Amino acid sequence: MMKKTGMTLIVKNVAKLVTAFIAVFGIYIALTGHLAPGGGFAGGVILAAAAVLMVLAFGSGASRKLVKESQCHTWDAAGALGFLAIALCGYIGGSFFLNFLAPGDAGTLVSGGWIPLSNLAILVKVGAGLAGVFLALSAFRLSRSEE
Amino acid sequence: MGVEVLVLILIVFMFIGSLIATESGDLLSSVIAIGAVGFGLSIIDLLLRAPDLAITQVVVEVIALVLLIRLVLTRREESTDTPRDALRIGVVLLAAGVLLVAIFLAVGGVETGAGMPTFGEPVLAGSRTENGVPPGVAMDYLERSTEETGARNAVMGVLLDYRAYDTLGEATVIFVSILGAYALLRKVGRRKEVSQ
Repeated sequence: MMKKTGMTLIVKNVAKLVTAFIAVFGIYIALTGHLAPGGGFAGGVILAAAAVLMVLAFGSGASRKLVKESQCHTWDAAGALGFLAIALCGYIGGSFFLNFLAPGDAGTLVSGGWIPLSNLAILVKVGAGLAGVFLALSAFRLSRSEE
Repeated sequence: MGVEVLVLILIVFMFIGSLIATESGDLLSSVIAIGAVGFGLSIIDLLLRAPDLAITQVVVEVIALVLLIRLVLTRREESTDTPRDALRIGVVLLAAGVLLVAIFLAVGGVETGAGMPTFGEPVLAGSRTENGVPPGVAMDYLERSTEETGARNAVMGVLLDYRAYDTLGEATVIFVSILGAYALLRKVGRRKEVSQ
């Protein structure tokens, strides 16, 4: 029963092809958040959508090998702490959340000081958090239906 | 002017969607109606030229819809009947809201600083004191954010530089709510509770 969960072969193959592109698009949205509409939150949710697609297509049993819930917890906390660390790093320049790095050329990828790094931290935080919640929900359903 | 009409049509659409969501006895159709309301909101965001919000709204809506539909499909048999007086409560709330808005528009006014600003011209956007409304900071942000923060997207400049403290609080809220979800869904404690 556990091995046969998931959808049909067509869905599984399409999911295999598409998931990587969805994940890359999420990272792109987050990394170019200071240049174009988007940002860490939207990128993180898209990244979590890739994980949700895997869980839905392959069943929570099979996809658990790829995305573990404990890893999601770790990355979630790491992203939150990273954002807080960026905030505290502002004290190097003088005050909380001070963006003391050089602004750089507006319009290039490396610009905006801490902003791309903050986006990256939020991407990790939101992506891992939502993926973990979805995994927890599917596991909860499994354990309830087994009883 | 065209945008206002479109936004009004979308608001009516969202209103009907939320009424259907509260009124339909089927959980699945409620969830789908809620999804339609969310997508209507994202189109309003696009019409009001807020692409950042629109992207986030669409993406969150998709994820929430998938989650809710999956949950509803797996435990559909447990769906309970919605109380029948939901429509009456909704109509009363709607009437109260219309009354409040009417009072607000009649008594208040931009001149007294208490009324609604004209559509598409938020209070913060004023560049000088007009009708007793002090100048806002929006124009300063638009003019100076690119050179001060280096971010070409002014929204990100505000979110992660000028108002980064707000964003930290927002991230904390998400973190705590996810922790709450884990605590509710955890398996270990639940099994112990069952075995006792």
